[in-house]
Amino acid sequence: MAEAGAGSPRGGDAAPLSPPQQHELSRRLRRLYPAVNQDETPLPRSWSPKDKYNYIGLSQGNLRVHYKGHGKNHKDAASVRATHPIPAACGIYYFEVKIVSKGRDGYMGIGLSAQGVNMNRLPGWDKHSYGYHGDDGHSFCSSGTGQPYGPTFTTGDVIGCCVNLINNTCFYTKNGHSLGDSISPYQGFTPPSFFLPSQSNLYPTVGLQTPGEIVDANFGQQPFVFDIEDYMREWRAKIQSTIKRFPIGDRLGEWQAMLQNMVSSYLVHHGYCSTATAFARVTDTTIQEEQTSIKNRQRIQKLVLAGRVGEAIEATQQLYPGLLEHNPNLLFMLKCRQFVEMVNGTDSEVRCFSARSPRSQDSYPGSPSLSPRHGSSNSHLHSTGADSPTCSNGVMSTKSKQSHSKYPTLSSSSSSSSSSSPSSVNYSESNSTDSTKSQQHSSTSNQETRCCAKAIPCWDQKGYTMNMGKELMGRRTQSGQWWGMKATCYFSTAFLLEDSCPQRQLCGGNHAATERMIQFGRELQMLSEQLCREYGKNTMHKKMLQDAFSLLAYSDPWNCPVGQQLDPIQREPVCAALNSAILESQNLPKQPPLMLALGQASECLRLMARVGLGSCSFARVDDYLH
Amino acid sequence: SISRLLYLLQQETSSTELRTECAVVLGSLAMGTENNVKSLLDCHIITALLQGLLSPDLKFIEACLRCLRTIFISPVTPEDLLYTDATVISHLMALLSRSRYTQEYICQIFSHCCKGPDHQTILFNHGAVQNIAHLLVSTSYKVQMQALKCFSVLAFENPQVSMTLVNVSVDGELLPQIFVKMLQRDKPIEMQLTSAKCLTSMCRAGAIRTDDSCIVLKTLPCLVRMCSKERLLEERVEGAETLAYLIETDVELQRTASITDHLIVMLADYFKYPSSVSAITDIKRLDHDLKHAHELRQAAFKLYASLGANDEDIRKKIIETENMMDRIVNGLSESSIKVRLAAVRCLHSLSRSVQQLRTSFQDHAVWKPLMKVLQNAPNEILVVASSTLCNLLLEFSPSKEPILESGAIELLCSLTQSENLALRVNGIWALMNMAFQAEQKIKSDILRGLSTEQLFQLLSDSDVNVLMKTLGLLRNLLSTRPHIDHIMSTHGKQIMQAVTLILEGEHNIEVKEQTLCILANIADGTTAKELIMTNDDILQKIKYYMSHSNAKLQLAAMFCISNLIWNEEEGSQERQDKLRDMGIVDILHKLSQSADPNLCDK
Repeated sequence: MAEAGAGSPRGGDAAPLSPPQQHELSRRLRRLYPAVNQDETPLPRSWSPKDKYNYIGLSQGNLRVHYKGHGKNHKDAASVRATHPIPAACGIYYFEVKIVSKGRDGYMGIGLSAQGVNMNRLPGWDKHSYGYHGDDGHSFCSSGTGQPYGPTFTTGDVIGCCVNLINNTCFYTKNGHSLGDSISPYQGFTPPSFFLPSQSNLYPTVGLQTPGEIVDANFGQQPFVFDIEDYMREWRAKIQSTIKRFPIGDRLGEWQAMLQNMVSSYLVHHGYCSTATAFARVTDTTIQEEQTSIKNRQRIQKLVLAGRVGEAIEATQQLYPGLLEHNPNLLFMLKCRQFVEMVNGTDSEVRCFSARSPRSQDSYPGSPSLSPRHGSSNSHLHSTGADSPTCSNGVMSTKSKQSHSKYPTLSSSSSSSSSSSPSSVNYSESNSTDSTKSQQHSSTSNQETRCCAKAIPCWDQKGYTMNMGKELMGRRTQSGQWWGMKATCYFSTAFLLEDSCPQRQLCGGNHAATERMIQFGRELQMLSEQLCREYGKNTMHKKMLQDAFSLLAYSDPWNCPVGQQLDPIQREPVCAALNSAILESQNLPKQPPLMLALGQASECLRLMARVGLGSCSFARVDDYLH
Repeated sequence: SISRLLYLLQQETSSTELRTECAVVLGSLAMGTENNVKSLLDCHIITALLQGLLSPDLKFIEACLRCLRTIFISPVTPEDLLYTDATVISHLMALLSRSRYTQEYICQIFSHCCKGPDHQTILFNHGAVQNIAHLLVSTSYKVQMQALKCFSVLAFENPQVSMTLVNVSVDGELLPQIFVKMLQRDKPIEMQLTSAKCLTSMCRAGAIRTDDSCIVLKTLPCLVRMCSKERLLEERVEGAETLAYLIETDVELQRTASITDHLIVMLADYFKYPSSVSAITDIKRLDHDLKHAHELRQAAFKLYASLGANDEDIRKKIIETENMMDRIVNGLSESSIKVRLAAVRCLHSLSRSVQQLRTSFQDHAVWKPLMKVLQNAPNEILVVASSTLCNLLLEFSPSKEPILESGAIELLCSLTQSENLALRVNGIWALMNMAFQAEQKIKSDILRGLSTEQLFQLLSDSDVNVLMKTLGLLRNLLSTRPHIDHIMSTHGKQIMQAVTLILEGEHNIEVKEQTLCILANIADGTTAKELIMTNDDILQKIKYYMSHSNAKLQLAAMFCISNLIWNEEEGSQERQDKLRDMGIVDILHKLSQSADPNLCDK
């Protein structure tokens, strides 16, 4: 095997790309094909040392191909395929080949072929094989006779092959110039046209036929000579305008009403009560669920998100009797979470043991019932409820505005959380409309306590509501989808902030609390056993329990392998499950239609990628979520 | 009512609200038919509106500008109205900073009223480039677009503006870079096309090199895309015309364009309008197609002409395109002057190929329609057509015979009398080609057709090209001994006179060389020799040029001598004696010592 690559002693099997080059390749591939899930469908990065004919030699990290056969006639032709087929999610795929030497006759073919196509041939000669040949400039489309296509090519030329998986066509480039669609134009733009079969899983392929022929591939290792990104831009714009102009067959504002419904149902689902009311008022729509019901759910959710799971369970049992009894799995999940929150020191069962003044910890401005005691939590809840008939805007202090962090979707376990010390996260229910008051309060509490933090979920931002309502009114039909998605972000945003706490201790460092926790753990264990007896083994439960108990095995649970559980973000799935269960019990959809639509859209795109519809790559759901 | 509105508009005492409303109403009227605009113009609306621009009220100014814009973009409005008062332009430039609406309207007015180099210069001198450049990065698409259009008309065929533009930068970015960004494929087509036009102008003016990647890899491909079937007919016309202009003089760009996206085949589609389908299915579409059919055809011809200007392979590819020669032949006889002109240009470009002259040109009897075009055509067509004829009259062209038979001599002779320089050159050039190795009858016909007076007229033509081709004609006429003697017997005196005159005159080397060659030809004649031998003046001149510092002239003079003293001819001895007496032998000796191939002579 002649080794052309000086720097690669192991020849074909070597990977002499330096780490920075590898990095550069990965970076470029990610930028070109962002929709490709490279774990599932890896992109071609080099020629395959296995998938080639004997007469082909590889070197320079399997990027350089040279001919080592006799080259007497076409029976000596030899090809090599890339390591992986072109994933459909690329949408548009491109690679280039530089002709290092045209060898004796320059019988070189560049193109595509499917797995299994005979390698003792040039690309294009056989079924499922396509190629552009240097000696005559013809394009071969699964046929032994080529069609006049472009100029010939020879030493020094850079030939590119672009596969468009959206309209299933292909074209070649020479030295950065597009040569046009590879349909034989000389036959009047009619068949035999070069439409690639969809779902064909084509591999980049080169074929050589005479001694001395050497070509180098560029799968993204270097910048391409042809401006492929510009071509992609055109198609992205095309597809996006198709989406934008998609006819929705609007009949008398039906579309608009549907959109409003989606938004409204979303708001209701998550219990954004006053926003939903305001929205309904502006858009002149009705809300199915009763106000009080929404508020109840909202209250329970708040409790869960604040880490006060015990109170949440209590409230649920009171407001929705029988619900948890019928949902033992949910109850178990809640209890597990409660245990975790006890470790965290946030659950009311342990908080009451806190040595510090309770006032400083649970900052309820104007709330008469300061005791977070388990027994009195009911009255507390009532008072909160009564306190917020206006249920107006969660007022944020200027400080909190600066540091809030957004979660793109509710279920997201995004790492964007700024809460590095979950133990200290305390939920401050700023239901007061008086911002100065709450601000003042938070500043005092800051002074008073060493571990005080506030998590202020921004439930009701009236400003958003009004604007969006107007926007919705104004916007007739077009791209309503788009802003519907936008709404998701606004409303699913949870604002978390905390002042960092120098020390985090188990159950807030209180001994009694720790005992209570251990006792609770035993109860939990018993519950698990009971469930096991009644419903049979449940691996999920087992895992949950194991994870929760594992926290106790570490001296610093927050920095242990299972410490992630303590992250307040982990409250969100629990909260969502509980909310869904409540809604289901009220015969309401357990998922908001908006999220359903979003999920369907994402799934649809995944499906498209799987069945080889390239347009999925230019219609990312993320593009529409701002 | 117009006059009433105008009155109110001009009334300083009326409230600005009222005056604004008036301007708005007038603007709406201007949006109507061309007659509306005409009657508005008759009422001197422009003066009134320009006056209104002096108002301090921005809303009112905007309304006036909007109305002015509407009027100026109407085809019935003479652009010159904008330039009657010099202060208007500078005031408009000043208003550019007021609001995005003033920016949009003013740019639109400029781009519509800038016709020809005079207008370009006026706007340029008023700082149009600096004032408008930053609008290219405006957040308003409309402003951006109108500013871009301004530049495309300002830079068109204007080296001064083009050279300035390359060095202007906005927000740290040079204009060419900004234009390249506007070429991106996801930008609106209008924007891509217009910025390609700007870059094209800059390239043709020499402000950007033809091998610059922004031309080769951006502008050119963009323009080729504009020619594709997916584009609107108007865009395809503009794209093809701009591309034709861009590549006209650069063979590398021609080669690149010829392989890009099957351009040559793509252009064939330009001839398929109105398509047979549109005629049946859709009257509206048919109307639309018909309207653009001429434009499409002429644009395609222009682009083919540019593509095939230099490269033989490209010409071959063009001619091999389906029905190409038939299309050109048809184009030559179209009623539209634009199409005919473009078709002749295309033919001219293709006629530079020896192979094509011998094959497809002959197969399609291209000369027939071409000769037809030459009758009573406007000058611009004549120039190209006669130039094409020159090529068709080349000795190896099989068309030469039939062209002669169809009365070309007369036609060409009349061209030599044209006021138009290019026509004179082409006329005499064609005659020169015609006379090359022609039979005696043709030569006599040419001489008769041209008349000696006209011949002398041409020899004293101020243009060196005409002179050269005339001398070339003389030289071609005076070839082969019997022809020489025949012609010299009839026109000898005049020709000798003319030769003397030119050798004495202030002319460049090439002209003198050509003249000496004529003398050499004359010296080759049997009887004609005597005309030289008896003319001491001429002999002295030959002697002078033998010792001239320029080798070419020396060589040409040597030919004369060599022909005169050729041994095998009758009376060569006397001639040799005479020349020896003149001291020419000494010069020959001297020359034989110099290391030149002149040694082959005696």
